[in-house]
Amino acid sequence: MKKIFSKHYWADKDVEQLVGQMLITGVITASLVVLIGGIVYLTQHGQGGVPDYRVFKGEGAGYTTFSGIFKGVLKLSTTEIIQLGVLVLIATPILRVACSLFAFILERDKLYIFITLIVLCVILFSIFGGIKG
Amino acid sequence: MTILTFTLILLAGAYLAGLLGSLTGLGGGVVVIPLLTLVFHVDIRYAIGAALLASIATSSGAASAYVKEGITNIRLGMFLEIATTIGAVMGALIAVYTPTNTIAMLFGGILIFSAAMTLRKKNEVALTQGSRLSELLKLNSDYPVNGKKVAYKLRNVAGGFSLMTVAGVVSGLLGIGSGALKVLAMDTTMKIPFKVSTTTSNFMIGVTAAASAVVYLQRGYMDPGIAFPVILGVLGGAFTGSKLLTRMNPKVLRIIFCIAITFVAIEMIYNGYQHKF
Repeated sequence: MKKIFSKHYWADKDVEQLVGQMLITGVITASLVVLIGGIVYLTQHGQGGVPDYRVFKGEGAGYTTFSGIFKGVLKLSTTEIIQLGVLVLIATPILRVACSLFAFILERDKLYIFITLIVLCVILFSIFGGIKG
Repeated sequence: MTILTFTLILLAGAYLAGLLGSLTGLGGGVVVIPLLTLVFHVDIRYAIGAALLASIATSSGAASAYVKEGITNIRLGMFLEIATTIGAVMGALIAVYTPTNTIAMLFGGILIFSAAMTLRKKNEVALTQGSRLSELLKLNSDYPVNGKKVAYKLRNVAGGFSLMTVAGVVSGLLGIGSGALKVLAMDTTMKIPFKVSTTTSNFMIGVTAAASAVVYLQRGYMDPGIAFPVILGVLGGAFTGSKLLTRMNPKVLRIIFCIAITFVAIEMIYNGYQHKF
């Protein structure tokens, strides 16, 4: 266990493997969640008419907020399960940045810890900054 | 039309879009917007939401392979992500005040530019003399060529950084990866070998798209009924494309596709001009 926290254990190569693995796991997880939600959605609503996508109405809170999506998932509502997959997909590159931060901390690379923190702050600002307009 | 038929047709269309995006090097999201707006008559805002998801999916999927091979310059990517994410957030903010017809015309313009960029001559020369700033920021690195490590250095970091901000704004405003602008910044301005610049650009697209995707998700641009076939279709198409690319050199195909894309772009511009969006 001690080894994991030593500086030399994490050469650049290992970081690359870790980041690569992280990205592919995220994409596969997201696709599976979307696929499961999608198939059940089709069996339940497949015969219904297509909503009029020509007119932009915007989605309701059920699809646009964390709490809305999770509430729907707990009720096993298929559209919210698809949205959960969407959330996992969007989270994948953000987690990748967090993962790099961890790697730069272990490498004690102060400059890049700082640079990565800036990127994370920008993303957090866009999530919580209330800029949806 | 029932939801089932709509989903199946969209799935097939998204598959072709992913395949086309992968073979031309334009990326997964770019072809999704004309597909949804021109073929399915979906409002461009839903199309932008879906395209962002397609960009994140294909770039993350492809990036995982390049990163493991050690081609991607992670430090350079991270440094330039400051520019692209700030740009993306600005783009998503500007989008609220931009009429959809203007967005459609801008999109057409960027599409033509991107198609032209994929046909340009590529930079394969590795610089041996880098700028002071590139040393300071530890951006110089090496990459594998036929099993051997080739070192490269880069210059004009400030110029590349500014162009990346523009790429970020375009990405946030139009919902695309804007890989062409990113490559322009790295390849042409910072003089990075094209294999490194294309993979590093691809690596950055996911984070850039995510920065504006979280805004668009909250704005209600992402509809599960569209997201579901688009994500799966584009990913499948991009996967097939990457397998095909290892077996053939799609030079002729690329030219044909790029001409086709240009016509699509002109139609987007024309429709935007006629206020059809």
